[in-house]
Formats: sequence, structure tokens, C-alpha cells
Amino acid sequence: MTNPCVLSLNNLTKRFGSVVANDAVSIDLHRGEVLSLLGENGAGKTTLMNMLFGHYVPDSGSIDVADEFGEMHPLTLGHPQAALDAGIGMVHQHFTLAESLTALDNILLGSESLLSWRHNRNAARRKINGIMERTGLAAPLDEPVGKLTVGERQRVEILKALYHDARILVLDEPTAVLPPQEADTLFENIGAMTTGGLSVIFISHKLREVLAFSNRIVVLRHGKKVGEIATEDADERVIARMMVGADTPATPRVSMEPGAKVLELKSVTVKGDNARTTLHSVNLSIHAHEIVGIAGVSGNGQSAMARVISGLASPDSGVMLIDGHKINRFTPPAMQKAGVGRIPEDRHHEGMIGAMSVAENLVIERLDDPEIQKLGFLRRKYIRSNAEELSRTYDIRGPGIDADARLLSGGNIQKLILARVFERSPRLILANQPTRGLDLGAANEVARRLLKARARGAGVLLISEDLDEILALCDRVIVIHDGQLFEAHSKDRQAIGLMMAGENIC
Amino acid sequence: MLRIEPREAPSRWWTLGVPVISALLALLLAAIPLAAAGANIVEAYKQMFNGIFGSVFAFTEMLTRATPLIFTGLAATMAFRAKLWNIGAEGQLYLGAMAAVTVGTGLIDAPSFILIPIILLAGAAGGAAGMAGPAYLKVRFGADEVVTTLLLNFIILIFLQMMLEGPLQDPMGMGWPQSEPIVDNGILPQLVPRMRLHSGLIIALVAAAIAHVMLSKSVWGFKLRAVGENAAAAFHAGIGVRRTLMSAAIVSGALAGLAGVSEVAGLRGYLTTDLSPGFGYTGIVVAMLAGLSPIGVVISAVFIASIFVGADTMSRAIGVSSYLSDLVVALSLICVLIGGFIAKYRIIRTNKGDV
Repeated sequence: MTNPCVLSLNNLTKRFGSVVANDAVSIDLHRGEVLSLLGENGAGKTTLMNMLFGHYVPDSGSIDVADEFGEMHPLTLGHPQAALDAGIGMVHQHFTLAESLTALDNILLGSESLLSWRHNRNAARRKINGIMERTGLAAPLDEPVGKLTVGERQRVEILKALYHDARILVLDEPTAVLPPQEADTLFENIGAMTTGGLSVIFISHKLREVLAFSNRIVVLRHGKKVGEIATEDADERVIARMMVGADTPATPRVSMEPGAKVLELKSVTVKGDNARTTLHSVNLSIHAHEIVGIAGVSGNGQSAMARVISGLASPDSGVMLIDGHKINRFTPPAMQKAGVGRIPEDRHHEGMIGAMSVAENLVIERLDDPEIQKLGFLRRKYIRSNAEELSRTYDIRGPGIDADARLLSGGNIQKLILARVFERSPRLILANQPTRGLDLGAANEVARRLLKARARGAGVLLISEDLDEILALCDRVIVIHDGQLFEAHSKDRQAIGLMMAGENIC
Repeated sequence: MLRIEPREAPSRWWTLGVPVISALLALLLAAIPLAAAGANIVEAYKQMFNGIFGSVFAFTEMLTRATPLIFTGLAATMAFRAKLWNIGAEGQLYLGAMAAVTVGTGLIDAPSFILIPIILLAGAAGGAAGMAGPAYLKVRFGADEVVTTLLLNFIILIFLQMMLEGPLQDPMGMGWPQSEPIVDNGILPQLVPRMRLHSGLIIALVAAAIAHVMLSKSVWGFKLRAVGENAAAAFHAGIGVRRTLMSAAIVSGALAGLAGVSEVAGLRGYLTTDLSPGFGYTGIVVAMLAGLSPIGVVISAVFIASIFVGADTMSRAIGVSSYLSDLVVALSLICVLIGGFIAKYRIIRTNKGDV
């Protein structure tokens, strides 16, 4: 990359008490380049970006940014407005849009003075239309943001940054919330933007994306820059080794003879309002010693299926059998009793209660157990020792078993849920997006546990938007499209991708 | 620039110290309007103190005032912990009182140790019924309980007027809208001779202790907290959310009903439409001040009762408006809410850099 440098971070160091969040990190970004910033959770990516945006003042080091003529100037540190003025824009993982305002209002927010008249908007609209044309970022400007899809909202965020003349754009895990199709569109848009001279810093966990769409990769570990590599020289193993500091052995998947049927769905139909919540006469069976993957673009009925198997909703017609027994009542306790272990899609919202302790969260699914209660009163001693044991076995790290579960990191919350599900040795495990948003180490742990359960004789239904994960873990792959299931006859990535898009379905 | 971020673990000293500091701060702030009213502040607070601790009479009066507040504070606490916004404790209090005078004015002839429990049960059942309705509408149809419970207060009050001028009216009452008196065997015994303080206070304290144990140590309390903190996760985990909400509603209503029983059978002896000067609403303040802790409710009820009784004395002695007591209560609530925020979050001054 011979283009001129537009941003250089020089030896940035930040300490929080005794913790060194960033240790002399230096990064250069060139014009028109996509730079990936990789690292496990807690590696210091966020701290680094917060220093760039003036939210934190570095303990030492400096930042230089190019102005519109390409001359480098030092950036005033600890001053967000300075970062904005220097043409640095950020799109956060969690969007910062006002839902009741239109997309246009959101884009203009913060750039209009209180006293300006509305006629300035026509000029603004022309400018935004120009940007949309150049980059292919399409969003309905006059709809309230609350009515837009996640992908559209993200495009509004990017448009907002570009409207404010950003020359450097930071995207924090932009694809964590997007279905694969929309992610691909996003990357096309990024491509169009970089040809126009924009430079992009791209924070992600997904190695495949990083490899496919960036020019250069910088890896952070424990606050230090541990590697920098041109994408063309990198492959997944090289990067994974940089990220965790050692080779991560892909968990060996021995082949196993499938056993008896643990789950059978016979013409299960759910009538929903939209594709997300609809299933059309679905048939599916899962055997012991088998992991079955449901691949598909999100919003094609995965959530309806998960809700039925979790006991959160009843099907409108059809039969569900677990271990050969027909399910009559579709409630969470009935499913638990039947032997279904459930890893919910939204672990923060459905998987745990943030304001209750880790120990309490670990027993929440078995309150009627005589080990947990005696005559309606909790057996604190058992609950605590149970939590201590599970924290050890499942390596749940955090401020302790009496601390609120909300204080755990995403990966540790997932470990808590795994501990709760797997300790009951369920016959069937429903894992709905079990690694979404997790770092590599935690995602590997989930995979290891699922394979272990399979070895024990459980059947696993893995719903995931990450096709690589499904291909790596599953014995059989089933594609869900428009509320219907289609068995994939091979693990051919291309063919499955086409089926996910609704083509070549036989 | 200021930034706000949650404290990892709010320290014990903060959680205990905040309400106390807030209360003191509220008194300090109340000095401003007192001074504006032209009063001698030292003298005013001295009178206020005397009004609470100055004599056995003053102290027992304060506790008498605290008794219904403990009940209604507990009622709000048990509902709010389940995120069930019961704003109808005032109405439930009157339902409890109506149930108490229905069974306690001669319908049943029994010795005290039988009649008093019957009256208590009837009152609790009356209050519980008053909250069970809105709660059912909520879990069945999603009706907003804030609206239903609040509006029900007015319906119940009008119903009470109707009853007091109809079936429940005292025939010997010379046409006044008041009920027959509770029979002697149904009156809650006094605690201190010649004082108005009655054993309703003991019942309130026992109720607070039971509420505390049930919330923190029982499976029911676990479920109630789980539903209140995150109903979606509780449902996913297999907790019967509707059943838990209904039970919380019934307990909450019953506690508010007991406030009515305690006032009728402990203090007044008969029921009128001015039995409660807003105890149901003040109970919400009591519960919030207490941070929704049943033990804290006892302390904050005593605090608020002290302010009311003390400010009354003060206003009589030095001739300032007794509305000042409302002001102090409001100020302390605001101070505690701000203090609670500071205890939970850290406000960080971010350095603006060189510019």
C-alpha cells in the first residue's frame, strides 16, 4: 500500500489502575485502506478507539491525522469534537439513533444549529443523495428510524458519519447484527467508499470477513500490538494464533453412529405475522450422537422454530416428539422435564437475570429441585457450593458467585448458561446462535461443550447464522428458507449459500 | 465533560449511608423555606424534635402514624419488586377497612382471640381482592396496572361513600356517613396505657419481618425478584410469570388492606371517608425511600411519620404552615433518589485536554 498515511497512532499507552489496557500501540492507516483490528474481548480494541475519539486521554503517546490536503497534524487528545472535526467518524456496535426521528433528521442531528431554518434541508438532502449514489448506501430518508431494518439503520449511521465529512470511518463489529446477505452488501459499500478515498478501520471477530474484505490486519492481545500482516499473506490459522497466542486446536470431531431419535417434528406449522415467525409444515428429526445445523439467513423462521422447541410458543398444528414421547404442553417447564436444554438466542435478555447473582442464575431452571429448596425455602448452602463447583468446571470468570450476573462479560455469561444447561445432561440441546458476539476463546469453548454433549449421546440442534460454524460442527446441515426446511446433501459452501438465498432448492 | 458509568459493586457504606445523609440534607434544605417564612430555624427544629421525642405522648403518636405507613410501604415494596406498579394501595386500604367493619361490628360474636384474627383476615382478603382484579386484567389482557389501580382508588372511595350512607351506616350516627363502631372484642389492644399506640404496630413489624424472609430466602421471593428483574428470562427459565405476578398482587393488596384494618380496629374504632390522609400514596414514597427493602420500610416509615408529626408540632408552636412537612418528605425523596444514583453510578470528569 503506497497511498499516503492519513492517521497514525504513535505509542499510545493507557492504564486503568494496575491494568495496562494499551501498551505503546502504534498503528498507521493509509488512504483508501481497510484495516482490520482484531483481538479477543478485553484485548484493548475499544480502549484504543476511545482514545482516538477523545473519550479517554492516553497516558502517553500521540495521534496524528491528515487534513483534507493530506498534511498531518497532531490531534488534540481527550476532545471528541476535535476527532469529529478532523474527519473521524464512528459507527458503534449498538446504534445511537433516535428511533422516532426520520433517517434524515438523525443524519442532520448535531450538525444543524438550533436556529437554522428548514430550507437548509434541501441542500442537505442533495448532499446525502450524492453520497448514497457514490457509495451505494441506500436508506429511506423519510421513514422514522424505528421502522427501518437493522441493516438500514446501520447504513443511516454510516451516512451520518459521511455527511459529516468523515475521511476515516471506524466500524465496531458491523456485521454482528447483520444477516450474511446484508453483510455482503455492506462490504460492497465499503469497497465503493474506499475507492472514493475513505479509510476504514474495521473491528471484528469473524476471521473469514476480515480475510475477505480488509487490506491489512492488526492484532491486539493483552493491550499490545502482537502482529500486523497484509491480508494476502494471512490465513485463519496464522491470525488465530496471533490472537490467542497459541495454536487453537480445532476440536477434533470424530464421526459417530447416530442413535435413537431424540427430536422429531412432524408437519409442524406456526402461523406468524411475518417470515420471521412462520413455519410451514416442517419435518425434522435429530438422533442421539448427532449435531444438526440449521443454516439460513436470519428472519426465515429460525426464531419460530426455536420458540416452539424452547416451549415459548405452541405450534398451530403438527406434532413434536422428544425421545419418542409426544409433547402436549408447550411451556418452558414442560420442555425442561422432557429433557430439552435450551441456549437462548439473546443471552442478555432471555438467558440470565442481570440483577441477580451468578449463583442464583445457575439454579433458576431447577427451583423445584429438592436440592435447591426445602419446604419452599432456598437452600443457600447448596446453591453456593453448586455455583462454586460449576464456576470451576465451566471456567466462569468474574467478580464472584455472589456478584450480579450483569457484571460478567459476554463470554462468561454464555459459560454460565452452558453450565446451567449441560449440568442437567439434557437429551436434546437447542443452541440458538450460541457463539454470536463471542470472542474466539469463548466460541471454541461452546463448540467443545456441544461436541462433548454429542459424544455423551445428546442430540444437538444448532441454529446459526455463521455458516462456517455450522460446517465445522454439524453432522447434517439443513437450510431454512421462508419457513421451510431443506436438507443439504453435501457440505458444499457454495451450494448451501445458494439454498440460503432460496435458489437451487430441490 | 462529565461521564457516568456504573460502579462495579456499590459499597455497603454507601447503601447504608445514602438514606441517612439524604434525610439530613433534606432537613438542611427545608431550612430555606422555613427561614423565608420568617421562623427562627433553630427554634423550629427544636420544636420539631420535641414533637417527636419530647414526650411519651409525642413518641407514641409518631409510632401510631408510622403503623399504617409500614403496611402501605410493604404493599408497594412487594408489588414493585415484581415490577407490578400498584398505585392503588389507598383504595385497597379502604377495601380492607370496609371488610373489617363488615365482620367486626356485630356480625360475628366471638372472643378477641378469635374475632381479631377474623377481622385481620377479612381486611387482608378485601385488600387482596382490590389488587387481584387489576393484576388479572394485566396478565390476561395486558391492561396497564398503573392506570387501573390508580383509577380504582376513586371508584372505591365513591363506593365507600355509598356504603357509609347505606348498608354500613351507623343507625345511631345521627345521619353522619360513618360505620357502626367495631365491637370491643374486635379492637386491637393498646400498647401503652392512655396512649393511642395500638398493637397494629406489632402486626406491621411482624409483617415486615415475614416479607423480608420471604423475599430473600424463599423460592417464592426468588421467583418474584426474577420476574421483576427480567420477566422474559424468568419465563424462559420456566418460572410461571403470570402466577408469580398474581401472587405478588394478592400479597401487596392484602398488606394495604391490613393498613385499613389497623386504622379502623386499632385507632378510630369506626370507618369514615377520611380514615386515611393518603397513606396509600405515601406508602409509595416510604417504599422508594427504603430502596424496596422490607426492613428499610420500617425505618423510612418511622422517618416519614416523624417528619409529619414533628412538622405538625412545629407549625402549631411557631405558626408556620404545616405544608412544610410535605415539603420535607418530598425533599428527602429527591435527595434519596439522587443519593441512590450516586451510590450506583460514578460520575467522572473527563479531562478536556489542552484546549
